Amino acid sequence: MNAILSVQNLTKTYATGHQALKSVNLDIRRGEIFALLGPNGAGKTTLIGIACGLVTPSGGNVTVDGHDVVRDFRAARATLGLVPQELTTDAFETVWATVCFSRGLFGCRPDAALLERILRSLSLWEKKDARIATLSGGMKRRVLIAKALSHEPRVLFLDEPSAGVDVELRRDMWNVVRGLRDAGVTIILTTHYIEEAEEMADRIGIISRGELILVEEKATLMQKLGRKQLTLHLQDALPRVPGTLGEYGLTLSADGMTLVYSFENEGGRARITALLRQLSDSGITFRDLETSQSSLEEIFVSLVRGAA
Amino acid sequence: MNWHAVKAIYRFEMARTFRTIVQSIGAPVLTTSLYFVVFGSAIGSRMTQIGGVPYGAFIVPGLIMLSILTESVGNGSFGIYMPKWAGTIYELLSAPVSTPEILLGYVGAAASKSMMVGVIILATSTIFVPLHIQHPLGMIAFLLLTSVSFSLFGFMLGIWADSWEKLQVVPLLVVTPLTFLGGSFYSIDMLPPVWRTLTLFNPVVYLISGFRWSFYGLADVGIGASLGFIAVFLAACLAMVSWMLRTGWRLKN
Repeated sequence: MNAILSVQNLTKTYATGHQALKSVNLDIRRGEIFALLGPNGAGKTTLIGIACGLVTPSGGNVTVDGHDVVRDFRAARATLGLVPQELTTDAFETVWATVCFSRGLFGCRPDAALLERILRSLSLWEKKDARIATLSGGMKRRVLIAKALSHEPRVLFLDEPSAGVDVELRRDMWNVVRGLRDAGVTIILTTHYIEEAEEMADRIGIISRGELILVEEKATLMQKLGRKQLTLHLQDALPRVPGTLGEYGLTLSADGMTLVYSFENEGGRARITALLRQLSDSGITFRDLETSQSSLEEIFVSLVRGAA
Repeated sequence: MNWHAVKAIYRFEMARTFRTIVQSIGAPVLTTSLYFVVFGSAIGSRMTQIGGVPYGAFIVPGLIMLSILTESVGNGSFGIYMPKWAGTIYELLSAPVSTPEILLGYVGAAASKSMMVGVIILATSTIFVPLHIQHPLGMIAFLLLTSVSFSLFGFMLGIWADSWEKLQVVPLLVVTPLTFLGGSFYSIDMLPPVWRTLTLFNPVVYLISGFRWSFYGLADVGIGASLGFIAVFLAACLAMVSWMLRTGWRLKN
């Protein structure tokens, strides 16, 4: 695997004794969108903090494009961009001044054309001379993204990018993130919005109590762990599930009008034809049918509960 | 060396000064002018000369030093405490900048601001009293060394402080009293022997004495002792701040 960011045996124990990370290993592929999911206090922000130099690790190491984030911090950090969770901005600065500052801080020479492109892509250009204190929460979030992009990072950390952002802006940001991925930027995002990960991520990592309990392609994860349901709306009420259909584990609604067949993606699908044939042979007819798939959120909850 | 970062930090800090010009420059100049009016003109005209220097002129170096110390500590501490308080420190900590670059940016800006105030006060003083500078290079050296070392000291306080109250405690309760008692308004030779001996433990005495020497050739303590003190103080602050930034003490988790 062509990893741009590599985490090896990373541990972090805070002065309070709280063990935030327990020997985490993770490789992030170049150019992917990786979503790190986990409940509050799982260690997501600590992991990002160590990679970016905000938190001192207790053990292990993180390398970015081969550069150790502690020993070779200059090369490593020049590659990284961070959009923090909190809306931390210089209230009295203008948007333009703050993005110029960020670009300079990361060792880049001034480039007004590039900064203009970034501000325009985030619909901030008209606000470039506005003081940040006068902007809405959503606009401030965009300013943080613009600051993080100002030095053209190859890896972008988005720590809860949609927190406190309305639906429309969230959609806009997803488009910006996809655009960055298309431009070759690797995106690592933490989120509470499972919908966000489901919508955007190529791979999903789930962290719980400082341990990475799963890393998987999103599609594979959905296929492996996602459950499907086939719901049959019957023509006539059934008093009970016929004994000949016992092997399918069907459930019958209280009014006897709905039969539900739950199955896992792999294997279960092949049995649908057999089930429908048996229903027909048993003289059970239905007027409608529908299928549904469990969401990433349901998968996430079941995994975290399993790990607890 | 990340010179772009040094420039970005320096410009960012100086921009705040010019955004709050009345508070940053106007206030200390007004305060010092009032000292000149009260101590220099009103009371000073009734005072005898000290070492052959009229009282109004005698207090000029002390007043400049009073402003320089206060401004340096204030600017240095505010510059790093503000991003800590606002949370914007994350950007500095995640940037490819080293300790010398951070210090050149923040401490350089803080020292520049306090030297600006010092020079303006010096110019203002010429309105009230005739001035003669015997050792101009010595004056510039003392101005520079004091501004830099106390801006570094302020930077250290800014890292240490975890509340606005703590940020104010040391400047108000330590630096200002030491400056007032450090010979700003008098020569320590005018004190009774016991107090004179005790005053020699006040580090600010060495700064004011050296600075006054650069103006009039008058010194309460030897010029070597003054320079030695500043050098030791500067080295101690540098060592302390370097440790703080290297370990991330009170900056990182």
